[in-house]
Amino acid sequence: MNASSARAGARAAEVYVEDVIRAFVIATMFWGLVGFLVGVVIASQLAFPALNLDLEWTTFGRLRPVHTSAVIFAFGGNALIGSSLHIVQRTCHARLFGGAGAGWFIFWGYQLFIVLAALGYVLGITQGKEYAEPEWYLDLWLTVIWVLYLVVFVGTVIKRKEPHIYVANWFLLSFILTVAVLHIGNALALPADWLSSKSYSLAAGVQSAMIQWWYGHNAVGFFLTAGFLGMMYYFIPKNAGRPVYSYRLSIVHFWALVFMYIWAGPHHLHYTALPDWAQTLGMVFSVVLWMPSWGGMINGLMTLAGAWDKLRTDAGLRFSVAAVGFYGMSTFEGPVMSIKAVNALSHYTDWTVGHVHSGALGWVAFIVFGCVYYLVPVLWKRPGMYSQRLIAWHFWVSTIGIVFYITAMWVSGIMQGLMWRAYDSLGFLQYSFVETVQAMFPFYVIRALGGVLFLAGGLIMAYNMWRTIRGDVSAEAAEPARPAMATR
Amino acid sequence: MAFRHEILEKNVILLSIMTLITISIGGIVQIAPLFLVEQTIERVEGMRPYSPLELAGRDIYIREGCYVCHSQQIRPFRDELERYGHYSLAAESMYDHPFQWGSKRTGPDLARVGGKYSNDWHVAHMIDPRAVVPESIMPGYPFLKDRPLDTRDIAKRLAANKAIGVPYTAEMVENAAADVAAQADPDSDGADAVAKRYPKAVVADFDGDPKVVTEMDALVAYLQMLGTLVNTSKLTLKDVQQ
Repeated sequence: MNASSARAGARAAEVYVEDVIRAFVIATMFWGLVGFLVGVVIASQLAFPALNLDLEWTTFGRLRPVHTSAVIFAFGGNALIGSSLHIVQRTCHARLFGGAGAGWFIFWGYQLFIVLAALGYVLGITQGKEYAEPEWYLDLWLTVIWVLYLVVFVGTVIKRKEPHIYVANWFLLSFILTVAVLHIGNALALPADWLSSKSYSLAAGVQSAMIQWWYGHNAVGFFLTAGFLGMMYYFIPKNAGRPVYSYRLSIVHFWALVFMYIWAGPHHLHYTALPDWAQTLGMVFSVVLWMPSWGGMINGLMTLAGAWDKLRTDAGLRFSVAAVGFYGMSTFEGPVMSIKAVNALSHYTDWTVGHVHSGALGWVAFIVFGCVYYLVPVLWKRPGMYSQRLIAWHFWVSTIGIVFYITAMWVSGIMQGLMWRAYDSLGFLQYSFVETVQAMFPFYVIRALGGVLFLAGGLIMAYNMWRTIRGDVSAEAAEPARPAMATR
Repeated sequence: MAFRHEILEKNVILLSIMTLITISIGGIVQIAPLFLVEQTIERVEGMRPYSPLELAGRDIYIREGCYVCHSQQIRPFRDELERYGHYSLAAESMYDHPFQWGSKRTGPDLARVGGKYSNDWHVAHMIDPRAVVPESIMPGYPFLKDRPLDTRDIAKRLAANKAIGVPYTAEMVENAAADVAAQADPDSDGADAVAKRYPKAVVADFDGDPKVVTEMDALVAYLQMLGTLVNTSKLTLKDVQQ
């Protein structure tokens, strides 16, 4: 590290709260590995049901929420809270409102929520709503943590020394606010008893379905999209050393995204007992949503204009850019699947699972990897990651894992949808249900293999991170930089 | 004066308020009418609250995460009609806090599974799914049959449902624990009372063990009532118009 950047690092440590951010980065890595591992386990259970072990704590039904919560709320949540607290301090040139104390309370409070929720799932304590499984007492606890998080974030923005609020912070603010509204709206429930872990949601039937998918789709829209777009708007310009491509585009796509996402929930309920008018509204807004989504993608990718050469030398940036590519792909696939005629085939099948994972692995996890590869050297004051070569390995191993995963799910999903509706020449249903289950086997194996590759990539990353934090320098970094071989 | 975005970019409170307004519109438009428009839920005959044993079974269904692999929502397509039966009505889940429509069919839809298989089949299937369906990938739930059903707070569970709008009567709440035992024992004195309080409730010793009411009894009782309350063969177009 040269003298001036060392001085800058020392100054940053005085001005900003960084210990808490470091803890969030480590928690992100830890929960990421846990979530990927449980994912591999439950994917294998679908191929080999004996792995359910006939024990109540290890069945697919109880472990699946552990997987989804671990990757979304533990891995994604720690990455979001940690990086947002970093971004808000840096872009506002202000120390965290509430200081390290408030930061640590949010950190430990959030970890407690995750651990208690996961333990509850294994023991069978659940509200029975996807992605909103924690029971009422944990919902209350999360509300406390989340409100404090909002106060700390907004407080830091108010303390800013810049006249303008940077675009990344608009997205992060909308994420924090909207998740609070969604969480409270969806979690309204009456406990069977104040000493009981069991509660019943206030809404029933069709209303409860609509509220759940208003929440569920916007957990995707605001937790997994707006928040991570905030990350994109900070780390890609930082990494590329270029300003955001279009200021005007960021304004337009921000407000369009925030307005339209909320309407898309009913596309999870096509052809159900939800009234048709609501289904149609959901479909229309889902299709229109394609535009603001691609606005974000274009703004992210075009920021690299003039800096594309960095993809060759900065393996971490490769993750961020591939993430934006996957974002573009899954935000095109989503609107297609929300069209009722397509949804009639895709709903209830693995196609949905594949779509979710092209977003979750390709977009969410990759943008987190890119952000962590940027943050670790900054936070621990190292000249760079321990090994660029290991980052490149991580990149390719996980990318191949994703390709295995989503192609297997495309094939199995479309195949199962077609088998369910196939008729023979006499006009009878051609396949019994269990025949369609049997046909899934090879694809479940390929999918599990894709998961294993993705987990392996995560382990490579954890090793690289550990060596970097220890302060090691790999042999490749010690080599003198080779001049770029001119073939032009 | 033209609107300038700069105003929002310099005031975090204004930005927050504008964001909250923007996100509220869609939610209000889609959710509020479902509570206000009467046609949202069809007026059909036959719907009643779950019997205490069925409710206990439903709570086990939720506890085990059955909804992650089984839907309870039949769509109005020819193949689904032939495979599962009449499409699901909104009325059929009007007492479900929360709904269990599901989003994935790793296993088949269960909205109308009631009465399609015998109690013995269900028990054998839960203990070891591959004993009855060799190609099945469902986990086994042998522990359900060994575990007595905990009925200490069943009255409180009914009362909580009553408080949020399920039309349980005071009599139903009062007799909740007794009704659990009676529904699992066809020879008991209370069996007739259960059948009267909860029309179409299946009264049987579901798991073949008369000595004790197990979690298996509750779960099978729940599965056996699914989709059986509304007589779909007698539905007219007027009944189902939303």
